[in-house]
Amino acid sequence: MTDIPLAATRDRRLAGRLAAWWRAEPASPAKRVQFDRPLTPWLFVLPQIAVVVIFFYWPSVQAVTSSFYIEDPFGFGSTFVGTENYRDALASTEYRNTALFTAFFCAVVTALSLGLGLLLAVKADKVIRGAESYRTLLISVYAIAPPVAGLIGMMIFDMHMGPLTQVAAWFGYDLKVGIDYWDTAVALITISVWKQIPYNFIFFLSGLQSVPASVREAALIDAKSEWRRFRDIILPLLAPTAFFLLVINITYTMFDTFPIIDVIVKDKPANNPMTLVYKVYLDGFKGNDIGGSSAQSVILMVVVAALTIVQFRFLERRVHYG
Amino acid sequence: MANLSLKGVGKTYGGAQQAAVTGIDLDIADGEFIVLVGPSGCGKSSLLRMIAGLETISTGEVAIGGRVVNRLDPAERDIAMVFQNYALYPHMSVRDNMAYGLKNRRTPKAEIAQRVEEAARMLELGPYLDRKPRALSGGQRQRVAMGRAIVRQPAAFLFDEPLSNLDARLRVTMRMEIRRLQKRLGTTSVYVTHDQLEAMTLADRLVVLNGGRIEQIGAPLEVYRRPASTFVASFIGAPAMSLVDAQIENGQLLLERYLLAHVGNAPGPVTLGLRAEELRIGPAGIPMRVEHVEELGAQRIVHGMIGAQRLSVADGSGAPLSETVLVSVDPARLNLFDTATGRRSELRLTAAQAPLPV
Ligand SMILES: Nc1ncnc2c1ncn2[C@@H]1O[C@H](COP(=O)(O)OP(=O)(O)OP(=O)(O)O)[C@@H](O)[C@H]1O
Ligand SMILES: [Mg+2]
Repeated sequence: MTDIPLAATRDRRLAGRLAAWWRAEPASPAKRVQFDRPLTPWLFVLPQIAVVVIFFYWPSVQAVTSSFYIEDPFGFGSTFVGTENYRDALASTEYRNTALFTAFFCAVVTALSLGLGLLLAVKADKVIRGAESYRTLLISVYAIAPPVAGLIGMMIFDMHMGPLTQVAAWFGYDLKVGIDYWDTAVALITISVWKQIPYNFIFFLSGLQSVPASVREAALIDAKSEWRRFRDIILPLLAPTAFFLLVINITYTMFDTFPIIDVIVKDKPANNPMTLVYKVYLDGFKGNDIGGSSAQSVILMVVVAALTIVQFRFLERRVHYG
Repeated sequence: MANLSLKGVGKTYGGAQQAAVTGIDLDIADGEFIVLVGPSGCGKSSLLRMIAGLETISTGEVAIGGRVVNRLDPAERDIAMVFQNYALYPHMSVRDNMAYGLKNRRTPKAEIAQRVEEAARMLELGPYLDRKPRALSGGQRQRVAMGRAIVRQPAAFLFDEPLSNLDARLRVTMRMEIRRLQKRLGTTSVYVTHDQLEAMTLADRLVVLNGGRIEQIGAPLEVYRRPASTFVASFIGAPAMSLVDAQIENGQLLLERYLLAHVGNAPGPVTLGLRAEELRIGPAGIPMRVEHVEELGAQRIVHGMIGAQRLSVADGSGAPLSETVLVSVDPARLNLFDTATGRRSELRLTAAQAPLPV
């Protein structure tokens, strides 16, 4: 009986305190971002921490652990085998070929999608300089485009009804995506580049647009050759954008091309190019070799971490942040 | 070093109804310092940028050193420009910023180094040569921008409000420095500003622009003393020249029925321009009701009314002012303007007259 009024008062008191807290002016600018309770900031970061722990640290620990075991394919326990999984992976020709292809794929896709994205952005920048509405239009179109482009790309290369297969046939070439190793590789590269260009384009375009007009004009007076102006002034000012995109693109080719590869090589005969990530998936989930696949993913993690460190330590230093 | 010649130069921006600049005729002598001055939007920058080649020339012809440059790229016009926001290359050191234009012109390395050193010495930039622009103060950046222009040894310097991002004191110092450098180098210069004080102090000749047209060209003092229109009169000089409505009747110039001078001009309404320092507060003259007083230290500006007409008087006496003071002027110093067109008309004084009471 007495509970109800008590709870009500407590509620009211809580509401009052909340209202007071809401109305309260910050005491001074310096104190604006401080909290009166030590717990509050932790509450704010809790979801983020939870996400990182559940989706990153926990699986990582799992992967590292299971990479030292061989799991029984039928789920009857597992045996500790030390580094055997790692030695197996590194000794396998198949694994090494996949690694080689991944490096090749990574380099080609990154170079092409960055280069073409930049080229398109430079051309577009020239057209829309000053035309604000045009820019918004163009950027929104390109922002919507990527998923659609990926889909279209896959359709174009489709073995049975893809127009590109048809075109190749007219020239007497039998395009066998999903069967011939290099045909498949070309298709993978083309679709991946195609999908990534719009992303790079948007970033390069906004980078170009943020080069101050007067700096361009000063360059116009200092250098007659357009190529020189681009090489000496514009490109260095785009370097931070390019560096960011380089990191993003490498990550993209290593990991986010998974669905493209999946669509093209799924249920196809074995001799197809694929990336390390796809191989982890194949060995683990299709081949049921959890231990081996875990070892591969740990190796991949180490490689990516090393790559990231290298990028930030050696490349970023050469990038100018104006 | 060269002369500059503008013939009927005009600019209409794409999509604009009206021309931003029309019919500019201007001959600039070798080594002359020309200041383009006028209110915001009058087309100063447009004109300068047409000379630089950063905007296309819609009509007319621009020649630098006798060579028509209408179709030449900015880099081929042999000009150097100093921008309002300096426009330094953020990723290059001060040295490279200055050297870049020379490198592209295939100047020998040794000469580049020597010119940069010399400019750095002139502008006291020596200690900063290896810094990036972001590590410099506004004034230092401004000097780098100057240095970038100087090392090129161009036919002409073009300045677009180069000092307006600086604080008041630095502006005065840099103003003198620019003037000193320009005299020393003897390079033809065109300088855009909307600050009439800057314009007065820098120019060999002032070009006052209004609505894309030239209102007056002349030496600063000439423009100050004999403004060609009411627009120039109100734009040049601080405090602005007082413009009052007056009448000419029967050979008498009358302000609010008070006789100012005997004149031979045609009768009718006229606009009269009076400089504050030409007006005297004294024992005799026209009564002026004092409205408020600006103390400037060396003198004070007394703002008041004669009848319905507003007037400013400079007074250095420091004597206490009553509510109404008596104001007089030398008739020879009066400026007469056509009320309808705003153009200057010459005052023809008839009798040799003693300074009359206003
Ligand atoms: N790129 C452009 N496109 C269209 N109109 C322009 C462009 N640049 C300037 N104008 C117009 O031309 C006129 C003159 O501009 P300009 O920049 O030459 O003025 P300004 O005298 O330099 O003014 P301020 O002192 O404010 O710099 C203005 O009415 C302006 O709106
Ligand atoms: Mg301007």
